[in-house]
Amino acid sequence: MSESLITHSPAYVPALFRRSLADALEMAHGVDAVAAEERAAALAKRSLKKESKVWGLKLAISMMDLTTLEGKDTPGKVHALCQKAMRPDPSDPTLPHVGAVCVYPTMVPFVRQALKGSGVHIASVATGFPSGQTFTSIKVQETRETVAAGADEIDMVIDRGAFLSGNYQKVFDEIAEIKEACGPAHLKVILETGELANYDQVRRASLIAMFAGADFIKTSTGKVTVNATLPVTLVMLEAIRDFLHTTGKKIGMKPAGGIATAKLALSYLVMLYETLGGEWMTPDLFRFGASSLLNDVLMQLRKERTGAYQSGDYFTID
Amino acid sequence: MTTSEIETRERLTPGPASSAIVWEYSPSLESTDHVKIAPRYNLFIGGKFVEPHSKKWFPTINPATEERLSEVAEADAVDVDRAVAEARRAYDKVWRKIAPSERAKYIFRIARLIQEKSRALAVAETLDGGKPIKESRDIDIPLAAAHFFYYAGWADKLEYAFPNRNVASIGVAGQIIPWNFPLLMAAWKLAPALAAGNTIVLKPAETTPLTALMLAEIIQEAELPPGVVNIITGAGATGAALVAHEDVDKIAFTGSTEVGKRIQRSISGTKKKLTLELGGKAPNIVFDDAPLDQAVEGIINGIYFNQGHVCCAGSRLFVQESVVEPIIRKLRERVQTLRVGNPLDKNTDVGAINSREQLERIRELVESGVEEGAEIFQSSCALPARGFWFAPTFFTGVAQSYRIATEEIFGPVLSVLTFRTPEEAIEKANNTPYGLSAGVWTEKGSRILKMTQKLRAGVVWANTYNKFDPASPFGGFKESGFGREGGLHGLAPYVVLS
Repeated sequence: MSESLITHSPAYVPALFRRSLADALEMAHGVDAVAAEERAAALAKRSLKKESKVWGLKLAISMMDLTTLEGKDTPGKVHALCQKAMRPDPSDPTLPHVGAVCVYPTMVPFVRQALKGSGVHIASVATGFPSGQTFTSIKVQETRETVAAGADEIDMVIDRGAFLSGNYQKVFDEIAEIKEACGPAHLKVILETGELANYDQVRRASLIAMFAGADFIKTSTGKVTVNATLPVTLVMLEAIRDFLHTTGKKIGMKPAGGIATAKLALSYLVMLYETLGGEWMTPDLFRFGASSLLNDVLMQLRKERTGAYQSGDYFTID
Repeated sequence: MTTSEIETRERLTPGPASSAIVWEYSPSLESTDHVKIAPRYNLFIGGKFVEPHSKKWFPTINPATEERLSEVAEADAVDVDRAVAEARRAYDKVWRKIAPSERAKYIFRIARLIQEKSRALAVAETLDGGKPIKESRDIDIPLAAAHFFYYAGWADKLEYAFPNRNVASIGVAGQIIPWNFPLLMAAWKLAPALAAGNTIVLKPAETTPLTALMLAEIIQEAELPPGVVNIITGAGATGAALVAHEDVDKIAFTGSTEVGKRIQRSISGTKKKLTLELGGKAPNIVFDDAPLDQAVEGIINGIYFNQGHVCCAGSRLFVQESVVEPIIRKLRERVQTLRVGNPLDKNTDVGAINSREQLERIRELVESGVEEGAEIFQSSCALPARGFWFAPTFFTGVAQSYRIATEEIFGPVLSVLTFRTPEEAIEKANNTPYGLSAGVWTEKGSRILKMTQKLRAGVVWANTYNKFDPASPFGGFKESGFGREGGLHGLAPYVVLS
């Protein structure tokens, strides 16, 4: 691009997060499924003990997007969840609060009220969650209203129909538009990897999302059969690493759905640590989308503290 | 929204974004108290442990700490003679005569006992050889059991292995194995020989005799007829005496090309059959359409698996010039994450170098690489003060003529070379006296097929590396040896066909 063009048309000034679809596709080389799964399995064999385990589990709490995404959600349910988010285990004041509470848009005002001043972020799914099968104009409108209602973070879904039919431009443009609608709110882009069929597609979708302006890329809605897996997360983390190298911009990662045990959460953190390094070990750059993970983590932490496992009855549901 | 807005958003954690966290994994040590290592081991001859004629024993140490683990007998020519005589007697009186299905039962029994004692065997392997416990636990020991299981199945089906031929056993086999995969190499040698009806005198390497001696105890427990397997310990002289013994019908050797050539010379003109599995300098070839992150994993596994003490290690990396930059960058980052240290720690990726002697050889070759002008990159990992250690290393800017590109280093040292076309890659890959293995990384299936046809190597891995299976034959071209181990092919060196 020549200097004169930039002077005459400021719109051409490339912002770091606004690259073209071509940039994304250029980096979308293949992924070998067997080898990627092998690497993920090897990382899952790391053995975390004692201090390193406690440290990892406390970090995991601070990275949790405590989630309820049900048709039957009510202000009461959401209020209870928010109390748990702020004080995960009242018997242990050393524990951090969770990263965010994640709800449907209509619940955002109640969450906002409940979490006031706590530092816990408010995340909300928008854009025709979970299928994404609605008009772009409605998605944009939904995003604007959700942010206006008080959401700090928007979890959008990509248009898988467009992606699978090869209309990558539509996917890219829609993400860019939603990003703009987010204003100051963070944008997490859900790829719904369980519907993308293979790792090549996961990598391609990750790159499209990042080049289109995602702050986070996220595996799943939790509403389909296959949700977050370790190999899928590995492929996405590697795409984040390549994106960092190309653009200098750090993108966050959020595996979601099916992460129910402390052990599995630690495996994700090990994978994060050994792929992207210590700089990513922060809730600013990594989140767990989970509803039942928190209590298992609390159970493990109390076991490390007291030396004995305690019954589920000692941990509140929300 | 502008970039600056992104950077100034509210942060959940205090402190600057670049404050990288170090997550120290607490030690996760495999316990050793369940492993019984005797203070002294004698020779296993005729089904019993007997004192050596030499009345000499030599220590075996833990290379990670230099602490003495035990001492083992030094077999001299008289001991070799006793062992061969017992093997001959067992062959004539028992093993050649019993029903093949009975042979199978014994081999199955050994396989099961290895599985039962796998935890102790894994710890002993790691203590004696320095390899990470995760490798001895997940690879060495399970594969050793798998080899016995596999060949047990062949014992009563030899006529189907070689249709329309008469299959007979050979007699007494002398087998000499290396120190890099002690129990696994014993399994590779013993299982097909036993299945085909031969008796054996096996000599493990002098630095790693313990698991072979524990295998001798397993063989006792399995009640294998006395003398069918004899295990004698010692250094080069013991091996030479075994090779030279006139009543040995077959020699199988795995080790260095230098010793392999010496063996071949010494038995020329005799009736002895020979198989050799020798050194390598394997090319690992990465094309620009390869799945790059997985290729990097394959490169790492290819050269740093078992500290590079692997005859088929991918020690020459050929990268297509258009992807040199990302591959080297990713390789550098990945090498840095390798966890080097206590082999008993379940999180250790790279353990100790097997012996002081081997460490000296690695150092000498690495120095030659620096002197010849290659650029060195080494992991900045901390190395323990005691024991034999070498940080994972790779060289860039390596010319085909450098010693580090031609000689087998047998350590965690990789030489990176580049190429422009597939033809150039093949030409350079084959430009070596060795021909044991090779790796090809590309998403293009037709290219894989073309490469496998043109690479002069016994094993070619495509989009993976260092994969082993008892059903798959393994062996070399050129100075990497001859004869195959594993699979149907692995039976052939232990039978006489008519």
